[in-house]
Amino acid sequence: MEAVVSIVFLGLAYGMILYIVSVGLSVTMGLMGFVNLAHGVFAMAGGYITVTLMNRYGVPFGAALLAAFVGVALLSVVLERSLYVRLYGAGELEQVLFTIGLVFMSVAIVRKIWGPLPQPITVPAMLNGQIDLGFRSFPAYRSFLIVVSLALTLALWLGIERTNFGARLRAAVDNRRMAESLGINTGQLFTLSFALGSGLAALGGGLGADILAIYPGYAMEYLVYFLMVVAVGGLGSIRGPFFAALLLGVGDTACKYLVPQLGAFFIYLAMIALLLWRPAGLFGRT
Amino acid sequence: MAADSPVAQLIRAHRLRPTELLPWLAAVVAYFVFASYLPLGSQILIMILFALSLDLVLGYAGIVTLGQAAFFGVGAYAAGIYSVHVTGEPISGLLVGAAAAAVVGLVSGAIILRTSGLTLLMLTLAVTSLLEAAANDATSITGGNDGLQGVAINPILGRFDFDLYGRTAYLYCLSILFLAWLFVRGLVHSPFGQTLVGIRENVVRMHSIGVPVRRRLLTSYTISAALAGIAGALLTQTTQFVGLTVLSFERSGEILIMLVLGGTGRLYGAFVGATVYMIAQDQLAEADPVFWDFWIGLLLVLIVLFARGGILGLGDRLVLRFRRR
Repeated sequence: MEAVVSIVFLGLAYGMILYIVSVGLSVTMGLMGFVNLAHGVFAMAGGYITVTLMNRYGVPFGAALLAAFVGVALLSVVLERSLYVRLYGAGELEQVLFTIGLVFMSVAIVRKIWGPLPQPITVPAMLNGQIDLGFRSFPAYRSFLIVVSLALTLALWLGIERTNFGARLRAAVDNRRMAESLGINTGQLFTLSFALGSGLAALGGGLGADILAIYPGYAMEYLVYFLMVVAVGGLGSIRGPFFAALLLGVGDTACKYLVPQLGAFFIYLAMIALLLWRPAGLFGRT
Repeated sequence: MAADSPVAQLIRAHRLRPTELLPWLAAVVAYFVFASYLPLGSQILIMILFALSLDLVLGYAGIVTLGQAAFFGVGAYAAGIYSVHVTGEPISGLLVGAAAAAVVGLVSGAIILRTSGLTLLMLTLAVTSLLEAAANDATSITGGNDGLQGVAINPILGRFDFDLYGRTAYLYCLSILFLAWLFVRGLVHSPFGQTLVGIRENVVRMHSIGVPVRRRLLTSYTISAALAGIAGALLTQTTQFVGLTVLSFERSGEILIMLVLGGTGRLYGAFVGATVYMIAQDQLAEADPVFWDFWIGLLLVLIVLFARGGILGLGDRLVLRFRRR
């Protein structure tokens, strides 16, 4: 029983981070049909900005996260307007190659500046230790992650379901040509959501620096996980990746805990089976 | 018949042009001129074969895959395990590598080729990751993270021993590559190869004129897997070692880069791309291994933005411009 609670708890924290990082990717792929393998770069950049601001300049955790969000969102707009936009009509292979190229470049730059070792993150003192909930205590940092991510998810959901911007975005994902005919500027809409998604990824990278270690291999190593969340959750969906990420987080944690030898093996197997059962993902439209 | 009629062009495509002998001439010259670089030469030949296998599925059949390393790795491990536990005879080792990779290609292809787009991309990636995880876990068979030790290869045909300077290895790789090239060249110009191009260009039309699209794709996927398996087996036999990296995502990415650098769907892109990439890596990576990745990334971005046909595509454009004048 103890073990089950631990696994679910750790898995939830892990899954939440995966979701915050991946949700932007779902929008990119769903709205523009753009295969963006460089999405992990934004999360990695967010992680490095957060860690560097905190460790080197003594910026508080919250402010560092905000800086990561804003900085990466701006950076992504520059990249999107200057480079990505040229490849929207291109084939899948071109997009894959182009974004792999971006990954290679960013990995080299990061390794040049920060070196190959993982960057340690020192969380604020109040997030160290345990939170006692009466029946048992939970690690404070992980609890904090879950609460913050849930709040972000709620805000995102409200933004997509209840605001004018969200309605236009959903319309564009459903039928871009129709949305454009109705006078929605889908190009601008996409730039905005791209920036938001990249900013969220950066936030996820910074928040989760303790779970997904910040090192040059980040963008490559965890890419498979981010893609899994999107592919299993369903392209263009906001809700699908949420459940997919939690499933992956808890599943991966459980496998690593229960069968440490074969952990990764089962996760890949499960994903293959899931995608064969539902090629468009759990919540994707076929 | 007019020289530029479509039929004449098609007939011409089959015929061996003199320029097609250039790579082989260059390979033989390199054997004598760059005698101290023969180990690198063998690596290049192996990568050409690997890129050629990718060209068949990616360039001709149009299957965008991030999992070609799966077959390379399976071939490498199969040949390695065969030499440790059965015999070090090299030719049968290659066949074992090819067969093992073909089986993996057939089974995984039968499962994943039903999908398309991002799902297919993910599945090719997942199959490789799955195999890599399996190879990492099965330490008693594969040596896990430490790699497979104790690979010993007998002389080829019982006569030609692998020497210290890599002469035998080079000529061995060259002969295998030549045979594979003959085979692939015949294949892509055959009706089967033309069907693949048709599927790449317009899958709906191929369906409607009654081509068994999925079976054709699966066949090409399996053949390509077998060729990649041979390349992997060659790597095992010439280096006498198998490490986990043969199955890595980076390996799939690297071979994709080599092929795209040369040009896809044109048979010789593999030759040009792999050679340029491997030599550049040998020269540049030693000077600054950290920034090597940066240049490769930049190169990819530039190719996609400005030179979609790769080096050979650029050459075509130059020739065209020259002729117009």
